[in-house]
Amino acid sequence: MRFSSEIKEGISISWMTIRSNKMRTALTTLGIVIGIVTVTLMQTAIEGLNKAFLKSISAIGTDVLYVQRHSWFSDEPWWKVRNRRIITPEHARLVAQQATLASAVAPDAGDFGTVKYNNRSASSVMILGCVADTVTVANLNVIEGRFLSSSEVDGARPVCVLGSELAANFFPHESPIGKKIRIEGIPYEVVGVIGKIGSFLGLFNFDNRVMIPMTRFLGDITHWPNVTITVKVRDIRQMNDAIDELRGIMRKIRRLEPGMPDDFAINQQDAFIKTFNKLGTSIAAAGLIVAGLSLFVGGIGIMNIMFVSVAERTKEIGLRKALGARRRTILLQFLLEAAIICLGGGLLALGIAYPLSWVVDRFLPTSMSFGIVCVALAVSLATGVISGFLPAWRASRLSPVEALRNE
Amino acid sequence: MTVEANPTSLPNLPPGPLDASAGPPDATNGKVVIRLSQIAKNYQVGTETVHALRGVDLTIYKGEYVAIMGPSGSGKSTMMNVLGCLDTPSSGRFELNGIDVSDMDDNRLADIRNQEIGFVFQTFNLLARSTALHNVELPLIYAGVNAERRREVAIEAMGQVGLADRMLHKPNEMSGGQRQRVAVARALVNHPSIILADEPTGNLDSKTGEEIMGLFEVLYKKGNTLIVVTHEEDVARHARRLIRIRDGLIASDEIITHKTAVSA
Ligand SMILES: Nc1ncnc2c1ncn2[C@@H]1O[C@H](COP(=O)(O)OP(=O)(O)O)[C@@H](O)[C@H]1O
Ligand SMILES: [Mg+2]
Repeated sequence: MRFSSEIKEGISISWMTIRSNKMRTALTTLGIVIGIVTVTLMQTAIEGLNKAFLKSISAIGTDVLYVQRHSWFSDEPWWKVRNRRIITPEHARLVAQQATLASAVAPDAGDFGTVKYNNRSASSVMILGCVADTVTVANLNVIEGRFLSSSEVDGARPVCVLGSELAANFFPHESPIGKKIRIEGIPYEVVGVIGKIGSFLGLFNFDNRVMIPMTRFLGDITHWPNVTITVKVRDIRQMNDAIDELRGIMRKIRRLEPGMPDDFAINQQDAFIKTFNKLGTSIAAAGLIVAGLSLFVGGIGIMNIMFVSVAERTKEIGLRKALGARRRTILLQFLLEAAIICLGGGLLALGIAYPLSWVVDRFLPTSMSFGIVCVALAVSLATGVISGFLPAWRASRLSPVEALRNE
Repeated sequence: MTVEANPTSLPNLPPGPLDASAGPPDATNGKVVIRLSQIAKNYQVGTETVHALRGVDLTIYKGEYVAIMGPSGSGKSTMMNVLGCLDTPSSGRFELNGIDVSDMDDNRLADIRNQEIGFVFQTFNLLARSTALHNVELPLIYAGVNAERRREVAIEAMGQVGLADRMLHKPNEMSGGQRQRVAVARALVNHPSIILADEPTGNLDSKTGEEIMGLFEVLYKKGNTLIVVTHEEDVARHARRLIRIRDGLIASDEIITHKTAVSA
């Protein structure tokens, strides 16, 4: 009973104090506000990043291996790996012949180039040399027309399949099928359109692509392609065996003596996930440092203002003690005040962070979760209690005689 | 105004608003509220020790109305602080209602102050931002009385000091006399064993001061034990017992018989 009436009294005193020192209180909470905004946005961004990553990573597929010249995330120095021999479509043909654990093998190679239709033009379009199996290994969804056929690839026909964005930009009001577009100046006939894939972490747009037969790519775009052999594994449980087999085949094809290191890499989604998790951890760490620093500075500010508050109200403290307030009561009163100020700062921060989370949402689809709100409020509360403790403790130890003498 | 301590005779007191028949209870038969034995209080100022109280013996009975006078620096405030359990003596024994409080810790003293002592200060010491009623409720909050009962008791106390119509006024909306009445209501509200007033009229004009003393008279007649520290003879004459302090010791301790005061 006594405790609850003391808490009520403490809250009402704090409220009155804060109300009569609005400006001072607001300025004091600045550090807390910045800290909480940082924590909240950082956490929101990380959650968004996770979601976006999981969505993006699904485009890479868990059951595919990528044979490439370089590892995606290699620690090896660049000078060691830069002179590796290229991987050719011929390698892909041999892999397809020999791999027993693969269900499909498809080489592809890409380069950026310019695409034109009538008087419209788009530069920096990803031009991808493909084979018929690319549609399988890359898990592409053809929404209009069809994908490249084997005979078109073998016969090096000038046909192409458009990414959804490219199709929408060039053919807003008509079907692109059968239309002739120019890729690096050479006419191609559109035979199909791929459905929307999205972008990879907002970095690389999969929908701004045009796919042409690999055989055309080698002549029209480049003679020295950087080929990726995409291998779809028959059974996901045999992933490791498939990697071993693939490695053996590639070493044989490239005539590597035993003891010589691989001059190629077999990449898989796994590596992405590992790297991403590392990235996520670093982002979180950076966010925590920024938030921690601002909360620390904010906490010092609160401590300072609480010392001022105690000094200003020394006489009041003396009076309350004279009327029967115990040490605990005074301690509680000032702790409550600090906690309320910080909680207010936390709420203000959430009020600021919420609209900002919409801005984040534009880049990384996300939303502020209830968990984040709880964490933010708990952190503000803790900051208040911790930084308010010393001033509150001092106030509670004041001698009533000394305090009452104070003017 | 400095009052010369005079251990042998009281100055002539003007006629008060008092009925002399309502004198202090028979001191020898009454219940002892305060018993000080050899109370000393020393302050260390640098290398020097100031002896504010030098071994005071004093007994105050329930229902007494005591005035404490003495020149500045004689130890009045120190005495009040000890009597009010705001401070502990350096040595000696202080019994309040038979309980030794000389060595109690801070928190127990807080409870004692809350239950047994009502304070009236020279500067009123009201919470400026709170209503009169809330100010009066304060001791009850620390006593853990529930909100409903608190309000009830505080309203009653406000009525006793004649401020039933000022409950929700803030201190700055009231006159000095009204503020001191609120303070008196606050001192009363817990039904303390003693009411301690330190220069209760010091910040009031003489007319308002008389009103407050009139209020004290009423409280006295209702059986409260009052101790008033003052340096004004006009205030002191309202009491029934006058204690003069000098250099940390009781210089005189006399019953004021209002009849003799009037006739003198
Ligand atoms: N906190 C203190 N520290 C040092 N000396 C004090 C303190 N309080 C009172 N004194 C000294 O004790 C003596 C009595 O003071 P006080 O009780 O305030 O007298 P009065 O109230 O009668 O004027 C004075 O000499 C005063 O200077
Ligand atoms: Mg004094």
